[in-house]
Amino acid sequence: MTTEQTPPPPPTPPPAPTPTAPAPKPYTPFLTKLADLPLEEKFGPGHRLCSGCGPAITMRMMTKAFRGPTIIFNATSCVEVSSSPFPYTAWGVPWAHVLFQNTAACASGAVEAINKMCEEGRAKKSDVVVVGGDGGIVDIGIAALSGALERGHDLCIICYDNNAYQNTGIQRSGATPLGAWTTTSEVGEKQQGKTEWQKDILGIAIAHNIPYAASATIADWRDFINKVRRAIEVEGPAFLHVLAPCQLGWRYDPSQTIQIARLAVDTKFFPVYECVDGVYTINRRVPSPKPVVEYLKTQGRFRHVLEEKNKWLLEKIQQGVDKNWQRIVNLERATNPAAPKT
Amino acid sequence: MTLVTEAERKEEARKRMEQKVLGLRGDDAVAYAARQANVDVISAYPITPQTIIVEELSRFAANGWIKAKYINVESEHSAMSGCIGAALVGARTFTATASQGLAYMHEALYAASGMRCPTVMAVACRALSAPLNIHGDHSDVLGSRDSGWMQVFCENAQESYDLTLAAFKLAEDEKVLTPIMVNLDGFITSHCLERVNVLPDEVVNQYLPPRNAKLKLDPDKPVTFGAMALPDYYFEFKRQQEGAMTEAYRLTPKIWREYAIISGRRYANVRPYKLNDAEVAIVSMGSTSGTARYAVDELRNRKVRAGSLNIRLFRPWPGPDVARALKKVKAVAVLDKAMSFGAPATTLFEDIATTLYALPKQPTLVNYVYGLGGRDVTIAQISKAAEDVLKLARQRKKTVPTRYLGVRDQ
Repeated sequence: MTTEQTPPPPPTPPPAPTPTAPAPKPYTPFLTKLADLPLEEKFGPGHRLCSGCGPAITMRMMTKAFRGPTIIFNATSCVEVSSSPFPYTAWGVPWAHVLFQNTAACASGAVEAINKMCEEGRAKKSDVVVVGGDGGIVDIGIAALSGALERGHDLCIICYDNNAYQNTGIQRSGATPLGAWTTTSEVGEKQQGKTEWQKDILGIAIAHNIPYAASATIADWRDFINKVRRAIEVEGPAFLHVLAPCQLGWRYDPSQTIQIARLAVDTKFFPVYECVDGVYTINRRVPSPKPVVEYLKTQGRFRHVLEEKNKWLLEKIQQGVDKNWQRIVNLERATNPAAPKT
Repeated sequence: MTLVTEAERKEEARKRMEQKVLGLRGDDAVAYAARQANVDVISAYPITPQTIIVEELSRFAANGWIKAKYINVESEHSAMSGCIGAALVGARTFTATASQGLAYMHEALYAASGMRCPTVMAVACRALSAPLNIHGDHSDVLGSRDSGWMQVFCENAQESYDLTLAAFKLAEDEKVLTPIMVNLDGFITSHCLERVNVLPDEVVNQYLPPRNAKLKLDPDKPVTFGAMALPDYYFEFKRQQEGAMTEAYRLTPKIWREYAIISGRRYANVRPYKLNDAEVAIVSMGSTSGTARYAVDELRNRKVRAGSLNIRLFRPWPGPDVARALKKVKAVAVLDKAMSFGAPATTLFEDIATTLYALPKQPTLVNYVYGLGGRDVTIAQISKAAEDVLKLARQRKKTVPTRYLGVRDQ
């Protein structure tokens, strides 16, 4: 038996440099003016969506942000059924619909397959974009979404939120706001529309520690398109929550879609913000917010909320909106040194 | 029937001699085949008794022994969906499941077959809840019978290995493009250690080169997959899927021949045993077929002219092969390892009865359900069933209501 020598002590490591927070790299958006928008149309014409359809506008704007070869996986939704009635298609890019709740999982398989086959020279590098409505992403598809975000695939996941299952005929979803009428959150003697607040889907996505998550509306085309581009460019999973008004389900004139989306921001009803590597930034500050009633009164689905007997409900909605805004302001102050102090 | 020359037999025997023999469980054998098969994406979720397969593949991936991307999904629904997404961009895909997992991915099975994704999925067949039971029967796979998937049943670990490799060849044929389940009996086959002859990696590499899909999601040639088809087109899609099944059946002799050339092991859609002069036949699928052959030998020792038929290819249904094998027998006992509640008979029996209906003269046919939830079935029980059926044939009875082997009645 040989005598074992004590190994020499490991050399003392040099003193670690004092940790300083790395300055966030300034991000240059690819789009600053209307003339920068690509002219090529990759979505439509020929789709069968309603006039003034928010999701249709969302899709068209989204395709303008693509940086190169892109494959879309689309959950069962208004957009899906209306853009692909066999033998026609409104899509100028490779596009697939599989089922309602599994879109993020399908895209996970696709993006990994593309990575593997690219390494072997058997496929072309492509971006993979997931599109789903609030039903397909917030409700039935949340497990597949969570799984995909947790595994960290390089995906851009876009939830166009029209606040209900509009495709099957305006049924309440986890994204339907408090008080809104739908065909399954009716207004009557005992109930005044939906009795619960909507799910914070963006918060849920951010809780997966993904590199990029943001909300946007179709009222601000530059902000939205730049966010799609950034979500595609970022390495790893990115999530976008986009407010896309539905004239049929929200009960308003089709000409008002963009106005209503803008009002949602101006009343702080729908905060537009982003979270980049854990740092929150409110992208649309609202220095002089309008009362929520200004947003609600534009839509027939909230008509009962304006009635005198439902004043309590209107107050509850206003309080909830204020509280949610303050929550996001607090998050920004806690994480972003550049946040305004007041 | 293909005739095999003496020279071919010698060549096949030589090939078998050259192969490595490993001690593998059925699940290991499937994982070993999947490793060799140039799979691009494995999308998997654990469930007993299939878990060994995904564990083995994870070990291969961690050691760099497979190039496939291994995706740990959050459910079986997503396991199948991951395979669909990957197959749509042209990848070779593999997954494995059992029981509740297969039931959970049920709707995705239809999407995979309807979108013509040639995924190979190993199923370690297991009973369905309730009550909870992890042991083997065929309730899960037979419940997926009409999902548009092809299905093969493996009798042992060797078949699990061989049929997994051949499954890729069949599923990915451009005229077929249909997913396939490779079924091995939970625990009996999946967990039983056996001698398995495996092929050298380079032989499989030649047999299954990387997949080269003609139609896929390709930015250079944008196509729409999974479009909505209403009453004006949906029917044609479904009719074409049935056409693919017919093509697959036509292709099977070629598939088995090609596999025999590389492996020296000659398979067929069905495996008849001592049926040439048999009066009574025992029909079964999966591991029970081995037990049935013991029963046949035991019956023959007692001068009962018995034979057996193992259904290896279940979907597409090998009707002509079954009819040819059973056309001369007087009586048939069909052993089914699953229930079909309220139905006139269980699945395998109905398929056999439908096939034999076209014959000029039908044998006596009796439906036996056995082995639910992994209950053991004995040689004596099977022998008795065969003798009972033969007795009924002598009494000129066409059939009797479903009988149950080894259950406490009332």
